[in-house]
Amino acid sequence: MYNYILKRFISLILVLLGVSILIFFMIRLVPGSALELYLGTQVEVTPEQMEELKIIFGEDKPVLVLYGEWLFRILRGDFGCSLRTSRPVLSDIISRLPLTLELTIFALSFSVIIGLPLGILSSRKQNPFMDLVIRITGLLGLSIPQFFLAILFVLFFSSFEGWIPMGVYIPLFKNPMLSLKMLFFPSLALGGGLAAVIMRFTRNSILEVFQMDYIRTARSKGVSEKIILIKHVLKNALLPVITVLGFNAGYLMGGAVVIEEVFALPGMGRLVLYAIYQRDYPLLQGIVLIIAAFFVLINLFTDILYVYIDPRIRYG
Amino acid sequence: MKHFYFKKNRVAFIGLLIIIFFIFIAIMSIFWTPFDPLEMNFKEILQAPCFKTRHFMGTDQFGRDILSRIIYGSRISLSVSFSATFIAATFGVLMGIWAGFLGGIYDNCIMRINDILFSFPSLLLGIFIMAVLGENIYNVIIAIGIVYIPQFARISRAAILAIKNLEFVEAASAIGGTRNRILFKHLLPNIIPCLIVQTSLCLSLGILLESSLSFLGLGVQPPFPSWGNMLGDARRFFIIAPWSAIFPGLTIVLIVVGFNLLGDGLRDILDPRLKNVR
Repeated sequence: MYNYILKRFISLILVLLGVSILIFFMIRLVPGSALELYLGTQVEVTPEQMEELKIIFGEDKPVLVLYGEWLFRILRGDFGCSLRTSRPVLSDIISRLPLTLELTIFALSFSVIIGLPLGILSSRKQNPFMDLVIRITGLLGLSIPQFFLAILFVLFFSSFEGWIPMGVYIPLFKNPMLSLKMLFFPSLALGGGLAAVIMRFTRNSILEVFQMDYIRTARSKGVSEKIILIKHVLKNALLPVITVLGFNAGYLMGGAVVIEEVFALPGMGRLVLYAIYQRDYPLLQGIVLIIAAFFVLINLFTDILYVYIDPRIRYG
Repeated sequence: MKHFYFKKNRVAFIGLLIIIFFIFIAIMSIFWTPFDPLEMNFKEILQAPCFKTRHFMGTDQFGRDILSRIIYGSRISLSVSFSATFIAATFGVLMGIWAGFLGGIYDNCIMRINDILFSFPSLLLGIFIMAVLGENIYNVIIAIGIVYIPQFARISRAAILAIKNLEFVEAASAIGGTRNRILFKHLLPNIIPCLIVQTSLCLSLGILLESSLSFLGLGVQPPFPSWGNMLGDARRFFIIAPWSAIFPGLTIVLIVVGFNLLGDGLRDILDPRLKNVR
């Protein structure tokens, strides 16, 4: 077990190193230098001016040296400064992080609260009509883009605008009720698709477990259907659902970009867009790196959790 | 054979019909749209859907007919999604089958590269690639293609690993089949079914990702319409002109439903493991 965690942790560090290489070199190697990304296409500069700019921005060394320096600074927690605001990138990111995390966690909770019971209900096939309705809803939930769901929410619930403060962030610990109110629709829009995924997955997983021999055994020894469902089926069927959840938690952080844009929430996602629109490459590479790190960490955590709760799985 | 299967599987058939309908619309848009999708008409700004004016889905903020733009946009959205899926499938499958077949250090190198691509949320990777490459339609295709390479690579690698030690492979190499011949003539045909399912999934993900990128202004650029950038444009007007957002959005939902139905049905047909479960 500890061996496995250690192994995964080492590979995690290697992957993160690869991620940092990808981010750094893509910004510098594709069409031109990072400075061209900064200047945009409208500005004409002579080669001499370019050289001067390179010295000013500290881009005049070989790329490998630049990468080494960048990596070394990051390891010390220095992500550089924004080109537009001159504020340290890291503090900007950290100030935006709570909202995105809260949004992601709420979205995750909503998707479980909605998806799990519906999946269980639909797998029991007690009411064919209900089953059909649930399955069609699931299909729609899977097919609707998050930003369209968000727009529909704004459209139909815009009369709530006085009730929901829009465009500002109230931290959870400052005013939990107001914070929840404000993030209710955004997280519902973000988690809607995942709810559908969980519902379908739960349904299939339960149906699969019901085929097992030990369920037949339980039935033949006279255990009631209710007890079978709760004690025998759910325990086994919900294990894979956890993997799906963990894997998708990271994707929700990406999806937060569009949701924050629609609801005008000042989170990490809008910071990414700001960095792109403003051609602010230190900010861009910092924030992409941090989100990728979160993504990889969540996946690692899921894997470890999975090994921990399912005693059948033992990795060397 | 296929015909027979589709008859049995009504779900896949409905999905297929929806997709054929959209392909037909996309081809039709080359020759005819009700109005010019690009021409602005400032006398008819943000008109509600109406039968008299023949703007069945209303007009946008420049007075362009929304139905025509959706029809024109179907060509753009579909061709982006199909080309991107083609890129992802070609590179992903080649990487995956080589990794699975050769094993050892090749496998390690190829799959670690995939791991790196896989450690970004797909939307974020798409956004990042678009930011670096610059916003135009070809770069959208490249970006979406790159984003979905790892999925193809993982699936085809796993599929090759599952069959590469079977007897028919041994037989093929015993009669002197070369490595390439075994890989492409014997192994590849055997993993086609799971690749087909993945392709249909990737087509729908491609449409969703393209529309998300275009929605954020990082994808297909105006004046050319894609369903995503129509929604993005509509963002500023949809409280007063809801039709400008609702119709493009519903179009995306409809085609993605089509791909999902087809994918579900194909999975049932080609991957019979879950068949008795239904």
